[in-house]
Amino acid sequence: MSRLEIVKTYKIYIGGQFPRTESGRYYSPVNKEGKVLGNICLSSRKDVRNAVVAARKAVGSWSERSAFNRGQILYRIAEMLEGRKAQFVEELQFQGSSKQAAESEVNLAIDRIVYYAGWCDKYQVIVSSVNPVASSHFNFSVAEPMGVVGIIAPENSSLIGLVSLVLPVICGGNTVVVLASEKLPLCAVTFAEVLHSSDVPGGVINILTGSTDEMAPTLSTHMDVNALVYGGSDPLKLKEIQENAVLNVKRVFAYSTDWKKADAQGLHYISDVQEIKTIWHPIENVGGATSNY
Amino acid sequence: MQMKKDIQQSIDQLLFNSPTIDKVGVEERVARFQTRSIKGDSKLQALKMALNMIDLTTLEGKDSPGKVQQMCYKAMHLHDELPNLPTVAAVCVYPSMVKIAKSALLNSKVNVASVSTAFPSGQAPLAVKLADTTFAVNEGADEIDMVISRGKFLAGEYSFVFDEIAAIKDACGNARLKVILETGELLTLDNVRKASDLAILAGADFIKTSTGKIQPAATMQVTYTMLMAIKDYYEATGKMIGMKPAGGISTSKLALHYLVMVKEVLGNAWLSNEWFRFGASSLANDVLMQLMKAETGVYQSPDYFSID
Repeated sequence: MSRLEIVKTYKIYIGGQFPRTESGRYYSPVNKEGKVLGNICLSSRKDVRNAVVAARKAVGSWSERSAFNRGQILYRIAEMLEGRKAQFVEELQFQGSSKQAAESEVNLAIDRIVYYAGWCDKYQVIVSSVNPVASSHFNFSVAEPMGVVGIIAPENSSLIGLVSLVLPVICGGNTVVVLASEKLPLCAVTFAEVLHSSDVPGGVINILTGSTDEMAPTLSTHMDVNALVYGGSDPLKLKEIQENAVLNVKRVFAYSTDWKKADAQGLHYISDVQEIKTIWHPIENVGGATSNY
Repeated sequence: MQMKKDIQQSIDQLLFNSPTIDKVGVEERVARFQTRSIKGDSKLQALKMALNMIDLTTLEGKDSPGKVQQMCYKAMHLHDELPNLPTVAAVCVYPSMVKIAKSALLNSKVNVASVSTAFPSGQAPLAVKLADTTFAVNEGADEIDMVISRGKFLAGEYSFVFDEIAAIKDACGNARLKVILETGELLTLDNVRKASDLAILAGADFIKTSTGKIQPAATMQVTYTMLMAIKDYYEATGKMIGMKPAGGISTSKLALHYLVMVKEVLGNAWLSNEWFRFGASSLANDVLMQLMKAETGVYQSPDYFSID
């Protein structure tokens, strides 16, 4: 008797837990050979709402963690991903990559996580400044996380696109709600399983699968989302998102890069989702003498 | 005369025969209230009703005149962006803040409720409790939220608790008396039922679950048990008693479940702030956010609502 194969049900990741979608719906994308990739949650707008609530709740403690500790946690993600490399390679191949391409994509993803882990306690030094002003003030600018950032992951990439967009955002102390690639969702959910076992506090990264067209309007109009990162390539979708974002003046960033290139990473992916806070600190300036600052 | 005697008898019967509570049965019944789905216009209506039933509460050692005035302003202007909103039912403060609240709420229909009787523990002699209550009433409180002596109740000294409630009721004058059972300390639903009956018979206008200082505070199970006590008393005497769950009700969804429960247990007559209240501090904002969501179609952020 032949064994009945179990098709994995991939669940979404909200607030450090793996619920099924509130709507109870699912879809079954297929690969080039027509094989079903898995049963994937078709998340609804209420899942988006729940994810934003979870992300908001996590902002305070995540942004207040020491930069060094955030770096440690990000590094831990890389370690855990290294340990589950084989599973990711297998999933990428199942979704249509060659073995060689899959292996190099996973390796690159790990390297990219380590790269941003390193940045955690360094970007602040680079983007902050002490500003020369013409009054008796010590004037300085520091970067602060924006808060909850919505991320629409690239459609044509399962792992590296997601990692390249999410990591710099959380590196800077933001929390995220990610809409995974609709056609290639497997690695997103498996990545959530990696996050779950790697000290990342619940709610810092929330990952939803399903129809981007259905969820993007909810995410982009949501008043409690502070910024959006669009990784797709459709200018009409981007326009719609930008229009929706006007509602609460969300900042919108659109990146279309080949994330598989080794240099598709950098400080600006971190600093884009930072607000610059400038402080005017009055100082004593007796008789025109220079101050002690 | 005969009728009076009959009523007296049924009261006695109630007091001495408080029914025991089937906990599993209560849980099942309560679970069914939570399966109701209220959508569209009914939801809007229910949300506005819930808003109108809120006792906006601040009961902290650090309460200041400024904090109370700000809360009173909020009670009258919940969210001016939304037209045709009701006000809340009352604000609930400590006796020392009653005068401030009263003057801040001048020319509005919002009542001032004051906690009293050595809230929240109730560990003070009767004379102190009476003085506490009289003070609040003289300062202008429209409603008094008293706590029962849970220690005495648990020790079985029911007549002590009964007399205390009756004495406070006398001190209240025209102010309506809410009796806080502090169900989190009563341990069993049987006790909750007994305390409810006791409070009702001693003269409570409202029975209230909790102070909000003890966990668990209001739960649907406890509230259901108290609603049943009100129902039985109403059926025996024809007199309506109000209900106020307090503490732990912070989401609109949960508030709607409570309203469903009140309607299905007691009927429409109780669906007004004269007979049902929510003691809550953060519920109002959640309801407002839901109403704004219905109005605008987009999910809201607390950033755009007043801080409470």
